[in-house]
Amino acid sequence: MFKWFADLITYDLLRLPRGAHLSESLNFILYDVPKIYFLLLVIVFFVAIIRTFLPPERIRKMLSRKKEFVGNILAAGLGVFTPFCTCSAIPLFIGMLESGVPLGVTMSFLIASPMINEVALILLWGLFGWRVAVTYILSGMLIAIIAGLIIGRLKMESYVEQFVFKVKQANQNGETKFSWNDRLVYAVGYTIEIFQQVWLYVLLGVGLGALIHGYVPVEFVTKYAGNANPFAVIIAVVIGVPLYSNAAGTIPVVQALFSKGLALGTTLAFMMAVTGLSLPEFIILRKVLKPRLLLTFFGTVALGIILTGYFFNLVF
Amino acid sequence: MEIKVLGPGCPNCQELEKRVKKALEELKVDATVTKVTDYAEIGKYIMMTPGLVINEKVVHKGKPLPRVEQIKEWIRAAGK
Repeated sequence: MFKWFADLITYDLLRLPRGAHLSESLNFILYDVPKIYFLLLVIVFFVAIIRTFLPPERIRKMLSRKKEFVGNILAAGLGVFTPFCTCSAIPLFIGMLESGVPLGVTMSFLIASPMINEVALILLWGLFGWRVAVTYILSGMLIAIIAGLIIGRLKMESYVEQFVFKVKQANQNGETKFSWNDRLVYAVGYTIEIFQQVWLYVLLGVGLGALIHGYVPVEFVTKYAGNANPFAVIIAVVIGVPLYSNAAGTIPVVQALFSKGLALGTTLAFMMAVTGLSLPEFIILRKVLKPRLLLTFFGTVALGIILTGYFFNLVF
Repeated sequence: MEIKVLGPGCPNCQELEKRVKKALEELKVDATVTKVTDYAEIGKYIMMTPGLVINEKVVHKGKPLPRVEQIKEWIRAAGK
């Protein structure tokens, strides 16, 4: 349907020649943008509905009764359905520790929550296909689980800022009751809000991606960032960290580079660094974590991302 | 009336504060609006930012942000 729409406009309506750079780039934009917008509206809506069943109070309750290993897996899984900005995850982080969720389990949640989010997944699915999207979810969860387990073993509870344990969340055990009508109102509002935040970035990203598709020669990317360059993954992670909160704009560009020969592992590592690690996140987390735990947190996650990158470059 | 906007300073919290001020202006109600950015303090009330507290009662938490009309209703209810 989306292909038909793109072809109709480029070749039939505007009568651009097939195979030319300009028409291929335009066709690419007209195909990808409506498709991603469609996926965004539908999937964000459904994730929002699911989210009404998982208010923070319930997440906290679910995790506080769990043992370490099972808890880490559950925390990473729950992280998928929660909002992706770390600043909104920190009060929940405080709430979890205060109610006795183990630090390692809390960390698994804190890693998975921003790294695996629906917007990044939709873009991955829409542009790379479901295999890459599933690979991304599974490796992201694995990083979150393992990093959480490691931090749990290191017994670093004393490196959490002390005030965190003293906060008394007195009146927060009552869950908000949702009727189906409330759920729909919430989901529609949430979808509109997300769409307003990302539509422009998607357009810019796909536009830039289209330019790359049409004009950058394949040899260029392969030469500098292909499988032959052993440092490509590390460089990708270093570049990815400062590009915070623009997963919507970054992924289309990365997809274009991917189609020009960027290795899969490097691509995944780059995207994980964009979503999972960032400077603003670092600064915000400093308010609740002491430097040593903060560095351990970032170090383990960065190492996990880099290893994932190399793994997929070797296997595929 | 005492209104607290809870949030570390992300764009969402700033937007919420703007809407609260607009609601107060339209209702011509006098209230002290405090912006709470300290996580220790935020953590006492909510687990999802941004949050809105009127006279020590949590009326909103998380996203999506409440509309100005909705905020007006809460202010009216608290004023009674």
